[in-house]
Amino acid sequence: MTAGIAYGSVEVGTELPAQSFPVTRATLVQYAGASGDFNPIHWNEKFAREVGLPDVIAHGMFTMAEAIRVVTDWVGDPGAVVEYGVRFTKPVVVPNDETGASVEVSGKVAALLDDNLVRVDLTATSDGKKVLGMSRAVVRLA
Amino acid sequence: MALDQSFVGRTYPPTPAYEVGREKIREFAEAVGDANPAYVDPEAAEALGHPDVIAPPTFVFSVTFKAARMVVQDPQLGLDYSRVVHGDQKFAYTRPVRAGDRLTVTSTIETIKSLAGNDIVDVRGEVHDESGELVVTAWTKLVARAAEEA
Repeated sequence: MTAGIAYGSVEVGTELPAQSFPVTRATLVQYAGASGDFNPIHWNEKFAREVGLPDVIAHGMFTMAEAIRVVTDWVGDPGAVVEYGVRFTKPVVVPNDETGASVEVSGKVAALLDDNLVRVDLTATSDGKKVLGMSRAVVRLA
Repeated sequence: MALDQSFVGRTYPPTPAYEVGREKIREFAEAVGDANPAYVDPEAAEALGHPDVIAPPTFVFSVTFKAARMVVQDPQLGLDYSRVVHGDQKFAYTRPVRAGDRLTVTSTIETIKSLAGNDIVDVRGEVHDESGELVVTAWTKLVARAAEEA
């Protein structure tokens, strides 16, 4: 593992560069194919509404995959991620238009641990609503 | 209907091996829009100390979820799978998943709870490589929402 960030260079409260991740219906179809999750709530509006959703929603695992990019882009080596967990609190609703939705992710160092490890707490929102809760990663720095 | 608590602690036999391919990793990385070279360029991965391209952290869910789904669809457990949503997800990595891995998943039901009519099942999936090394542990919380009153 070769993280590009030195343990000694961060402190509790250090902010990671925030990012915005766009998601359209086309993104969801592509993710369905790549992940093998073809649940129709992620591509069929009629089905989504029938089961009580406001519209098609993004795969929770898609949102989880985007959120950790704030960490992996920061450290450079994705293999530096030692732990990663989230709670799916609210769905990311993806309208059927060119713009779709976006997921805004920010992160900051929440704890310095032993062995060059740090805990990063992530915040992910879409349309002003928090879509992930308890979103935390433990990362090994250089 | 409350689920059978005797399922807590039950471990299911390991799944057949899933072989991780470079192109499948590339397809996944492209689908999440992640251009990190460690996912597609063996030399870039090697420069970071990995023997081959590695997979994005959540890639392995496709493998563990298939195993978890077999568990929660066990007819004897009695979970209404059509009402299931994903509650929490967590991974702990010994090392990143990489191309060439042949992964098997051993799933265990950790807890079964009923809260306000929702059935909640926690499944732990331990992912081993061909040599038997633990690569990653995945914890998946599945929630079967309460059925509406008829």
